[in-house]
Amino acid sequence: MPALLEVRGLTTRFRSSGGTVTAVDDVSFDVAQGETLAIVGESGSGKSVTALSILRLIPTPPGRIEAGQVLFEGQDLLTLDDAGIRAIRGSRIGMIFQEPMSSLNPALTIGLQVAEPIVEHRGATWRDALTRARGLLDRVRIPDAAQRLAAYPHQFSGGMRQRVMIAMAQACEPTLTIADEPTTALDVTVQAQILDLLKTRSEETGSALVLITHDLGVVARYASRVAVMYAGRIVEIAPARRLYRTPQHPYTRGLMQSVPRLDSDTAERLVPIEGQPPDLGRLPQGCAFAPRCRVVMPRCRTERPVLAQIADNHAAACFHHA
Amino acid sequence: MSDATVQQVQDEAVVHHSLLRRMGGGLRTFVRRSPMSAFWGVIAALIIVMAIIAPVLAPYPPLKSDFRAMTKAPTERHWFGTDQIGRDTLSRVIYGSRASLTVAVSAVVLGTTLGAFWGLASGYFGGRFDLVSQRIMEFLQSFPDLILAMAIAMALGAGFGTVIVAIAITRIPFGGRVIRSVVLSLKERAFVEAARGLGASHTRMMLRHILPQCIAPYLVLATTHLGVAIIIEASLGFLGVGIPPPQPTWGNMLADSLNAGLIPPWWLVLFPGGAITLTVLAFNLLGDGIRDALDPRLRGTA
Repeated sequence: MPALLEVRGLTTRFRSSGGTVTAVDDVSFDVAQGETLAIVGESGSGKSVTALSILRLIPTPPGRIEAGQVLFEGQDLLTLDDAGIRAIRGSRIGMIFQEPMSSLNPALTIGLQVAEPIVEHRGATWRDALTRARGLLDRVRIPDAAQRLAAYPHQFSGGMRQRVMIAMAQACEPTLTIADEPTTALDVTVQAQILDLLKTRSEETGSALVLITHDLGVVARYASRVAVMYAGRIVEIAPARRLYRTPQHPYTRGLMQSVPRLDSDTAERLVPIEGQPPDLGRLPQGCAFAPRCRVVMPRCRTERPVLAQIADNHAAACFHHA
Repeated sequence: MSDATVQQVQDEAVVHHSLLRRMGGGLRTFVRRSPMSAFWGVIAALIIVMAIIAPVLAPYPPLKSDFRAMTKAPTERHWFGTDQIGRDTLSRVIYGSRASLTVAVSAVVLGTTLGAFWGLASGYFGGRFDLVSQRIMEFLQSFPDLILAMAIAMALGAGFGTVIVAIAITRIPFGGRVIRSVVLSLKERAFVEAARGLGASHTRMMLRHILPQCIAPYLVLATTHLGVAIIIEASLGFLGVGIPPPQPTWGNMLADSLNAGLIPPWWLVLFPGGAITLTVLAFNLLGDGIRDALDPRLRGTA
């Protein structure tokens, strides 16, 4: 089955006064129809930039997508003209942003904002679009949806606003939804509700989901496959279950060990990953993780490992598995 | 809930803009919070009403000469006195408000609006278009308002429309720069990015997501600049390049007073001059009040 989304060799750089920073470095991955792929990594690992690059939402300048292909349903999004990419955004690929508190326009009603993509992409009349918007708000479980259409964002809580964002992103029933840390700004109690909703909505519409997060708990529960990013590169990619049972890259293992587990022996201590995330402007010559790696070899400091298949559906970028 | 009610609520969602909806209650709050600005707002409103119903208020036709009373100080028959050819000053001041206000309002609406849209596009698109636009606006702003308006009015020839265009052109950079700066800060907000992510076109982003938030600064700007426009109009009239006589405007009346002798009679200077002062003061203070009401962060700044 051909993949819904194929990212090939995506490279995005930012120019700043301090030099050029490669935020996304030769990243490749696939997303199959209806699957949920999680991209995890710490701050600055390039996961958000990857998501934004797919829809060409990188502010240019200073950012620029310098190489690669983003094949969506066989079509390269990076070569489309302005109108072409606009027709994809919000229509066939929905995007959910990090900050529900500021991602809604404070001066426009909720109804108008949810209905807008339907008018924009489907050419519906406002009246029809609003009727659909009401249905969408119902489906993201906003009570009294009909009345809420006329409400303004400040009358909504953070969780409700993120529900609205989900309704907006899925207004045109996209085949792919990209959620960029959709729960980072929310209370822990609301996070699970939002993610459950996102998952159910994706299943209902048959939409694939790219979930960007730094929360491994989220990954375990919702993702079918996981890509781990470090310093702009994918260092390991595997089915979620497999990644949890047998993490191969030392970084992934480090991440797993640094997460507290409820079912573990209480005497077991958490093992932090020593050191700081690297400065993307001055990456070491070899493996970017080498300075923090517990099992570093001399070779790691001079050569950069590439992502290599180590088992079915499981690839890691580490010389220990080459 | 019946379907009809649902539809009604939905329609409201589209029709109701936050600003419009808040206006009724907003007016009450405005009066309570800043009674001084509200007072000046009433004065401004009275001046506007005076201009509209000038024929009802004025005791005499503005161009009619009373040859029995020429250059007469205020009396019971002529409250504000008469000029050197016996025209009633009160009537001329009342009629003069028509010219002043029509010119000022048209010029400000035309100039500030044009500037605002230019600034919107300039700030939104940025890049070379913004660079060139800003240089043009700086060029316009580098001339003193009055000199520029005079030059344009003289080049186009005297007339009602000419004066409006001349003053409007001097207002363009003000609208442009203020709105551009608002747009520049709005553009970086997450909701603009989110709208872009959902496929909104440039036109839609500008008109639906950014423009509504420019209304408040636009209102403040327009009200404050009404005062400036009135001064420019009066100055043009005084210098003889404004609306041609005999049509009464406050500037023309001041210019005429100079012909009445080496030292002009006080009533020919005081009343039109006072009308200008009062009107400008009213619009400026009202503008300040609106600014404070719409954006409390700016309270106390110039």
